[in-house]
Amino acid sequence: MFFLAAEGGETTHNPIIPVWQEIVVGLVAFGVLCFVLMKFVFPRMEQTFQARVDAIEGGIKRAEAAQAEANQLLEQYRAQLAEARTDAARIRDDARADAEGIRQDILAKAREESDRVIAAGKEQLQAERATIVRELRTEMGTIAVDLASKIVGESLADEARRKGTVDRFLNGLESTGAR
Amino acid sequence: MFGQANVLAQGQAEFPPSVGDFYLPSILPWGAENSYWFTKITAMVWVAVGILIIFFLVSYRKPQLVPTKRQWFAESIYGFVRNNIAVDMIGHAGVRFAPYFTTLFCFILLTNFFAILPFFQISPNSHIAFPAFLAVISYVMFNYVGIRHHGFVKYFKNSLVPPAPWYILPLLIPIELFSTFIVRPFSLAVRLFANMFAGHMLLLVFTLGGFAMLSANVWLAPVSVLSWVMTIALTFLEFLVICLQAYVFTVLTASYVQGALADEH
Repeated sequence: MFFLAAEGGETTHNPIIPVWQEIVVGLVAFGVLCFVLMKFVFPRMEQTFQARVDAIEGGIKRAEAAQAEANQLLEQYRAQLAEARTDAARIRDDARADAEGIRQDILAKAREESDRVIAAGKEQLQAERATIVRELRTEMGTIAVDLASKIVGESLADEARRKGTVDRFLNGLESTGAR
Repeated sequence: MFGQANVLAQGQAEFPPSVGDFYLPSILPWGAENSYWFTKITAMVWVAVGILIIFFLVSYRKPQLVPTKRQWFAESIYGFVRNNIAVDMIGHAGVRFAPYFTTLFCFILLTNFFAILPFFQISPNSHIAFPAFLAVISYVMFNYVGIRHHGFVKYFKNSLVPPAPWYILPLLIPIELFSTFIVRPFSLAVRLFANMFAGHMLLLVFTLGGFAMLSANVWLAPVSVLSWVMTIALTFLEFLVICLQAYVFTVLTASYVQGALADEH
């Protein structure tokens, strides 16, 4: 068919037979293309791809390292926080114990003071009572003797006997009053 | 280019188009019929080589980790051939063939594309010289790679002797020899050449056919218009064929290399 077509044309080209000049031109041109692209372009592309992979992997690695560091810091902070919490609890307990101690001290002191005051009061009362009793005793003795001498009309000369009589009387009074 | 333009301008299109339409007069010396050193075809080959070299060198002058748009485009061409052809077909060892495959793919794609590019309008690959030398390079390459990988004897034993019962081997070995070492380069070259040749012929038929009908009878003008509309439709089809053939040529080359490297048949 090609032969027929060729014969029909104005020239007698056979399309299936290559023209050697074209082969030479094609080889040279394609050779130049191959040389330039395969030497200067595509190897650099491979390098860029590799660099890109490295960059991405490096980025992932860096991110992982940062993550690990962050986790470690978090753990550390948590530990510190827990420590601080126990510290705080301990301080609170101490304070509470201190407060309790102080309260007890104050209470004890107050009780002591009040006891002291009461004791002093009692002592004073006792002393006053004794004084009063003593004075009363003298006065009542005198009054009673005066009264008795007035009633009897006779002055008891003997001091010692009089005193003994009055004391006995008063003792008898006291013992009955205390009963 | 000039011959065709002249023909169209003078309205004396020869119909039907013939093989002669593929062989345009020489540019230097001007108009010579049988001088092939500097024709439209060889000029286009140089233009294609120049475009590719300039494009790749300019877009990869200063490669960056985060690519610019142009750098990204250049990288994605290489990445496509590298990952979808070389690595897919050959595996990890295919990476070292990726530069050649990419060069091959770009060269065929661009020269094919000239078939539908205005003012170029014919592909150098419709001259068998160009597919032929590309096929020869592929042929030499896969044999060389196979021999280097396996050693001479083992390579031919791997390629020629399939794992079959001994009594069928006398039949199989000649078939293998024929298909692997004789037919392959021819099929590779002829497939590309014939596609581009037929595509150009089809476009010529419909374009020139429109003119032929118009000049034959004015009443046929609507049919001429239909014919030109068909030309446009066929141009899209041609675009598909252009991409497909560039891809097929590269994939088949990769497949041959893979076969040569394979350990088992």
